[in-house]
Parts: sequence; structure tokens; C-alpha cells
Amino acid sequence: MSKKITIEPITRVEGHGKVTIKLDDQNNIEQTRLHIVEFRGFERFVQGRPYWEAPVLVQRLCGICPVSHHLAAAKALDVIVGAGTGKGLTPTGEKMRRLMHYGQFFQSHALHFFHLSSPDFLFGFDADPEMRNVVALTRSEEFRELAIQGVMMRKFGQEVIRLTAGKKIHGTGAIPGGINKNLSPEERDFLLKGDDPLNARKMVEWAQSAVDLFKDYYKKNREFVDHFSRFPSNHLSLVRDDGALDIYHGLLKAVDSEGRVIFDNVDYQEYLDFIGEEVRSWSYMKFPFIKSLGKEKGWYRVGPLARLNTCDFIPSPQAQKEFEIFKDHTGGKPNNFCLHTHWARLIETLYAAEMIKELLEDPDLQGNDLVTKGEKKKEGVGLIEAPRGTLFHHYSINDNDLIDMANLIVSTTNNNEPMNRAVNYVAKARMTGKEKITEPMMNAVEVVIRAYDPCLSCATHALGKMPLEMELLDVDGKLIDYKRSRQ
Amino acid sequence: MIYGYGNPGLQDDGLGNELVSRLDEWITGNRSAGIVFDSNYQLNIEDAHAMRGKEIVVFIDATVDERVGDMMVTRVEPDSKVEFTMHSVSPSFVLNLCRNIYNENPATYLVHIRGYKWEFLEAMTPGAGENLNKAIDFFKEALSFPDISGIKGFFDKYSNQLN
Repeated sequence: MSKKITIEPITRVEGHGKVTIKLDDQNNIEQTRLHIVEFRGFERFVQGRPYWEAPVLVQRLCGICPVSHHLAAAKALDVIVGAGTGKGLTPTGEKMRRLMHYGQFFQSHALHFFHLSSPDFLFGFDADPEMRNVVALTRSEEFRELAIQGVMMRKFGQEVIRLTAGKKIHGTGAIPGGINKNLSPEERDFLLKGDDPLNARKMVEWAQSAVDLFKDYYKKNREFVDHFSRFPSNHLSLVRDDGALDIYHGLLKAVDSEGRVIFDNVDYQEYLDFIGEEVRSWSYMKFPFIKSLGKEKGWYRVGPLARLNTCDFIPSPQAQKEFEIFKDHTGGKPNNFCLHTHWARLIETLYAAEMIKELLEDPDLQGNDLVTKGEKKKEGVGLIEAPRGTLFHHYSINDNDLIDMANLIVSTTNNNEPMNRAVNYVAKARMTGKEKITEPMMNAVEVVIRAYDPCLSCATHALGKMPLEMELLDVDGKLIDYKRSRQ
Repeated sequence: MIYGYGNPGLQDDGLGNELVSRLDEWITGNRSAGIVFDSNYQLNIEDAHAMRGKEIVVFIDATVDERVGDMMVTRVEPDSKVEFTMHSVSPSFVLNLCRNIYNENPATYLVHIRGYKWEFLEAMTPGAGENLNKAIDFFKEALSFPDISGIKGFFDKYSNQLN
């Protein structure tokens, strides 16, 4: 008689997630599935609204990464108002948006590492759940300073967003064709020369320390980190036209697990020629794939690991040095170790901090030429590398300037298949042949999902808080065992 | 500090933000010394820093929980429970962080305001609007006390427990 284990919901993951693991008579893993409830009504909701409202409207989607949606929508509308993509904006317009985006990236990555993932590393994946959280860090003599750094890095990133987006909620900074404010000298000095620790120099220093912390952990736990979950995949991201990491703008590039180029230099206005979306009966969330490889082989990863696998270099000195160490580990080939996503995320955190500091010293931020307009178009696509991966916004408008079509592919949707593969890998490695499912086994499944930092906040608030539950069911759905942990 | 959180783009979810906005407007013409307002989509770890140096902190959030009636005040105690989602955290969690990091433990309350719908709309439901008005009147009365101890006593007097 086969059995089915359900882990629901996933803790420390944004959104409502449920894992089901089906065992056969010998307790071998028969099937694993990660179900995530994704809200997709938004694409219908924006239809009929004036196009210029979109950058603000889309922030209703997510209180976690509103800046990513704000900027992706603005980039799509740049095309519609005739400002084009990339260098089509004025220097002040583009650099203000970049600063906003780096601020968002910095605070998001810092939150993930210091408060979602580091407790697993610092206290151990098998530690008591009561110990695997950030409050335990603050209680620890050894790690208390780390917790404080995490708090202040988040705060600094939030301040960057506030000063570039104009306000904390429903920011209006990015508008079709540009930006609606520059950065005053006072605002610049606040971020650049503020009292310690809230200044760009300190943020670079702390970001470097975080990379060093991970490398030190890795040196002592290499076997565990490398073998926790590893499987070949394709990787996709935006890359600057010279091959550099660029999280704000670039051309689409995809490579396979060996680094062979699947496509490169793709203008994302043509993304539909390269990316398809599959619907599966058991999940609300779609499964994107690379069309030339088909549904079976065309799935890909996005996010920190994918970005460092597709780019050739990082255009900031300290992060580039770390990138070289990271690449050396796999002999320059793509890295397919799931837990190395944390390493990649920290290198990107350092990159974001360095870019913030560099931008703050650029006088273009005080410019007054904020908006570009050109020949209007009926359709536009905006892509951005959100903290969790590539984010697609696609709109078309009618003759009355009202949106008549919207298509969004969010980062977590892009990572749907890789997350499912990762769950399968860990479940097989940890649960095969076991009579009892223990809390550390459950956490192992969650750890590998958390590496992708999935985010579906738009589905969460009304659903409320729920504990982690695991149900062991037989093939007929009869409850055999039940586990409830945390909260 | 009076801190409302929620997403105003999701109908009644924005009750806390709206209360802060309207109270901030009202207080400008009345008294403002020593009162700090803040508002965001959700609470997060950096809010432990915002709580630093405050004597009283009042969070305001919308809720679907009908046990609160129209609105309810509860006292917030430090708690380290792991949240279902840690991309946002609870008032108890933020207070606990503040206590552990800064050794400060301000009197902290959560005002729950009942909401009814969470759709992609700016406008709140009429029922939520009525509850918001009651909450604003409650705050105006609290802030009529001339000193911190009076305000704290008022919140303590009306604090309940959600069972």
C-alpha cells in the first residue's frame, strides 16, 4: 500500500506552499510535488486601467518586492511611450531607477541570508527548531552582531528605496519614460556619508563579511553543502551586452548545465519566441520552459545561481574577486549545487552594495532631465532581474490608452520546476526507506525550497498564519500519521 | 510611535495605513510633540530599530478575525515564535528583536481593526470604514491625555486578550 506525506505550509517561505511525498510499500519515494497557491487574478484586474497607472498598480501584487514589479512595469511602459529600452532613458532617469533597484536587491538578499537562512547554517539543519531562527541569533553571544547587521542592512536598503521611490508604500518614482524625482545632495550625503553604520561604505564592508562568513562555513562543511541537492539544469537571466552581470537591464541569455549557450543576445521584446508556459493539472502555478528544448528538457533556473552561471564577469571589484573564487569551484562551468545559491546571493549582495556606493558618487543623480518620450507603441515588454530571478511584465494597450492585455511571469514561477526537482532530490536522499518522518527530514525539504527564496506574498495575507503540518496518508487518503510543528 | 501596516491596494488591508494617515492629519492641528507615525506594507526586522527609544508603540493592523468585534486592543508581549512567513514578522517578534538587540522593552499594543474584503481595490468596504472611524475616535481619546503614563493607562484599560 502506498503512502502520501503532506508538508503544509512551508515555513519561512513567502506564500502558501504544500509538499506531498508519496511512498510505495517499501517506503521508497514514488512521487514528490510542490504545490504553491499563486494568485493570477491580477493580470485581469489591470485590464481596462490607463497604462500610466500600471507601475503603481502592480505594487498591490506584493509587499515584499514591490520595487521589482514597479520597475518591470515601468520598463514595459517605456517601450509603449516610445522611450525604448536600456539607454533610451536619460542618464538621471536610468541611474535613479538603478539605485532604487540595487537598494531593493540589497535589502531583500540581506533579509534572506541573515534572517531566513543563516540560522540553518549557524545552528545546524538538525538543530532544535526553536534554535533555527533569528531570535536565537540575537541571544547568542557569538552571532548577536550578525543579527544587528541584518537589521541595519535591511534598514539601509529601505532608506535607498524611500529616497528613490518617493515613499515607502506605493512608490511613484518610476514613471513611463523615466523617473519623477532626482536625488538631492542632502539625500545623497545621507546615504553616502551618514553616521555609522547607515552609510554605503559600511554596507560594502558588512556585505563582504557575509561572503567571508559563508566561505568559512563552506570550508568546514563542503561535503554537506555540495551533496545536499545537486542536479543539472538550464539557467536563464538577463546579461549586459558585454557579458557583465546586470540586474536592471540586458539581453536574455540561457545556458545548459555544461555552459553551452542555448540562446544569447535576445531582445526581451521577443521573449514569446523563446519562452513558453505549461499548465499542469495538479498545480495552479505554470511551468515555463525554453521552447527550442521543449517542455521536458526546457525547464530552467533563475535567480542568484542562474545569474552567476550566465554572466561572464561582475562589474564591481570586490564582487568580481568573489565571483572568480566561486567560478573556480566548478572550473568555470555552471554551478548546479542548490545550496551554493546562498553563496551566489551573498556575492550579489556585495555587488549591490558596491553599485549603490558607486552610483551615489555619480553627479547624474542630481540631474534634472528626468523623462524621455518618443513615438507611442501599442505593446511593450519589461524585464528585470528581481532578487529571486527574472521577472517578466508584458502589456498592450488599446486606442484609448487602456491596458487590454497583461502577462506576468514572476521569478518564483520560473523556478517552479527546479524547486520540484530539488524537493524530489532531498526527499529521495533523506526519506527513502525510513519508517518515520522526523522534523529534521521535514526541515531538509524546506531548506532546499528556501534556497530559492520563493515569494508569493499576494496570496498570503488573507490566508493568515498557519503552522507547519505533515500528514501521512495511505493511497485512499486515510490518515496514518500527523505531525504539527512550529507555532 | 503609531505604526499602521497593510497594503492599501488590497481594499480593507489598508486600514492600518489609513488610520495613520488620518490621525497624522488630525494631530497636526492638535498636538504632535513626541509622537512618531510610520506606515508600511508589513512589519519586518528593521522595525526593531524603529522601536528603539520609544516609550509606547502602537501597531495597527486589519484583521479578518471576527473575535475582535469592530476593533480590539491587545497588549503585545515579546515572542520568538517562527512565523509562517518570515518575509514579514509579527509585532511580538519585532518587540522581541528590539529587546534582545537594544535591551529596550517599550509598552507595545496592537490595535486590530476588522476588515471584510481583500480585493485589488483602493476603496475600503463601508463596514471597515465604520470600524476605522471608531478606531480613530479611540486614538483621539487616548492622545487627549497630557502625558505618557496617562496614554499607557488608557491602552492598558482597554487591552483585551484574544482567546
